[in-house]
Amino acid sequence: MSKKKIFVQGNEACIQGALYAGCRFYAGYPITPSTEVMEQMAANLPKVGGKFIQMEDEIGSIAAIVGAVAAGEKAMTGTSGPGFSLKQEIMGYAAMAEIPMVVVNVMRAGPSTGYPTGPSQADVMQAKWGSHGDSPSVVLVPSSVQELFYETIRAFNLAEKYRTPVVILFDEVIGHMREAITIPEPGEVEVIERAKPDCAPEDYKPYEVKDGKVAPLAAFGTGYRYHITGLYHAEDGFPTADQQYIHDTNMRLVNKIEDNKADICENEELFLEDAETVVFAYGVSAKSAKFAVKELRAAGIKAGLLRPKTIWPFPSDAVEKISKTAKKIIVPEMNLGQIHGEVERYAAGRCEVQGIFRVDTEPIHPKQIMNAVLGVPVEPTVIPDVVDFTARG
Amino acid sequence: MATLKELAAKEELFTGGHRLCAGCGIPPIVRLILKSTDARIVATTATGCLEVASSIYPYSAWKVPWMHSAFENAAATISGVQTAYEVLKKQDRLPGGDKEIKFVAFGGDGGTYDIGFQALSGALERGHNFLYVCYDNGAYMNTGIQRSSASPQWGNTTTSPAGAVIPGKVQWRKDLTRIVAAHNVPYAAQASPHNWRDLHKKAEKALAINGPTFLNVVSACPLGWYTKGQDSDAHVKYAVETCYWPLYEIEEGVLKVNYKPKNKMPIADWFKMQGRFKHLFKDDEGAAKLVQIQERVDMEWQRLLDLDGMRL
Repeated sequence: MSKKKIFVQGNEACIQGALYAGCRFYAGYPITPSTEVMEQMAANLPKVGGKFIQMEDEIGSIAAIVGAVAAGEKAMTGTSGPGFSLKQEIMGYAAMAEIPMVVVNVMRAGPSTGYPTGPSQADVMQAKWGSHGDSPSVVLVPSSVQELFYETIRAFNLAEKYRTPVVILFDEVIGHMREAITIPEPGEVEVIERAKPDCAPEDYKPYEVKDGKVAPLAAFGTGYRYHITGLYHAEDGFPTADQQYIHDTNMRLVNKIEDNKADICENEELFLEDAETVVFAYGVSAKSAKFAVKELRAAGIKAGLLRPKTIWPFPSDAVEKISKTAKKIIVPEMNLGQIHGEVERYAAGRCEVQGIFRVDTEPIHPKQIMNAVLGVPVEPTVIPDVVDFTARG
Repeated sequence: MATLKELAAKEELFTGGHRLCAGCGIPPIVRLILKSTDARIVATTATGCLEVASSIYPYSAWKVPWMHSAFENAAATISGVQTAYEVLKKQDRLPGGDKEIKFVAFGGDGGTYDIGFQALSGALERGHNFLYVCYDNGAYMNTGIQRSSASPQWGNTTTSPAGAVIPGKVQWRKDLTRIVAAHNVPYAAQASPHNWRDLHKKAEKALAINGPTFLNVVSACPLGWYTKGQDSDAHVKYAVETCYWPLYEIEEGVLKVNYKPKNKMPIADWFKMQGRFKHLFKDDEGAAKLVQIQERVDMEWQRLLDLDGMRL
């Protein structure tokens, strides 16, 4: 089989994944370090019959993809920190109106303008709770350029399957790092297409759930006349003030994700069977974590890695499981402990949980993780000297 | 109006040492405007080249109190500063509040024409006493040359790349100066730094007016225009000589064209000096586009001449 190999930065791998998944509409706005996602879409979408629009601002960009999805396309927008903040109202809208779409956030250091050209992982909680209200969240956290390609396809698939917005969260390092990646042949990776109604237009209800499945979404202009709103709405899409229905709808929106965690959550596991210390790491920090764990294993130290590819919904089952066998879980992340708190919550005191938090825009160094595993104090910014663990047997 | 000698002797409120590119049009615009009043100045700046390159830690090129908030809200931020200042002054709660302060907001074309447009429109409508200065270099240069609604038609940018099928940005630029004037503000003008006398006069006038005023100033960008830094002054001059960027002002509703070139320079003569238009000089299709652009420039210039001296 002839496979296409290309040497690209993460931002380009992301758009290659989007194109593979059938994304044919992109609306965006310039912001570092995600601008290449938009530039690549501007150059590549017209070649496959797609459409790129640069909008007047961040809010316009996300609102435009909602419109494109309603018209029947698969659509994506990309941004970074401040732009992700501006987009939050429509993130919640898309969750409420059940608009399947993909939003990319290439994380940079915040708060505010922060440090536009430096990486961060400090938007993980915003990706979960950024919009007001209890809204469902599906957030993927790829850790390499090749994985970013596949996870972008998975993001579109999950969006279509669950009729919900999906966020791909990576950082400046993954976004700008160049790696050789393989583009699979069409058909090699599963691509889920949007479920379309098969009923007569007059019978169509855009929010009617049958057999626990989400309702098919008709495209505007195909004869199905319906109503989309961010207000609580009944099965026909029209606003409702029925309190029981409001309760049921909010529960349904959240539970369509929570009840399908087994399908949505994916983890990479390394040496977990006998690991005494487990490093729980995601995104760029997982690159260092994997290196550290392998080095420690080579030195005979029982370290393991649990790397979620999906951060929301949170892989609580996996954390619960390792908390029963490991003595300690180490959570390295480029923020002040946003996921560390979640790990503590699900470890529930069964084992020790230690964080390594770094917010100086320098990725966490493997040595910092090795030191933490070995019980050596970890400086938050300084890269410590190599630990001589050969002496420890 | 101050002479050039007097201006040169005046304290620089935007100093050297900033990291704007060699040949960037922004610094001379900011320097001249800050020298166009004897009152004290408070400035806000939208996210963009000016903000990034003038304030890299631990240095600042600004000798005036200065605030950068975000991309979309320089006009909203200056609205808050100016309003609070007026209130504190009125209530006699401001030590030294008897001295006059001028409020100036700076933004590039992305931060003004696009994402900052709502904040600008709101501030103009509320009638804050401030001057908004847009330095218009025709694209998002800070993030790497993406098109804006100020970008020229058929210009190449990274998000309107000149390809085999679509030769650059499809749309004509937004006429922001006229849109601002439509807010019925006391003063709105277009200027160019090559004509420092005209720019200085306009800045002086705008800063002396009590109410919202606006200056749209063309600014050369060697990076995004694919031109040489030493030619920047000539390029903005050509922008005016071609009537692509006419110098005019709208004062209390009356439009006045400040400069009428004796021999209008053909737009193609200016465009061919810039890399962002080089694809238009390769074939007949490009030549046809240049003819269309010339027709549109001529039409807009004639429309402006028709309005010269009229109350809008």
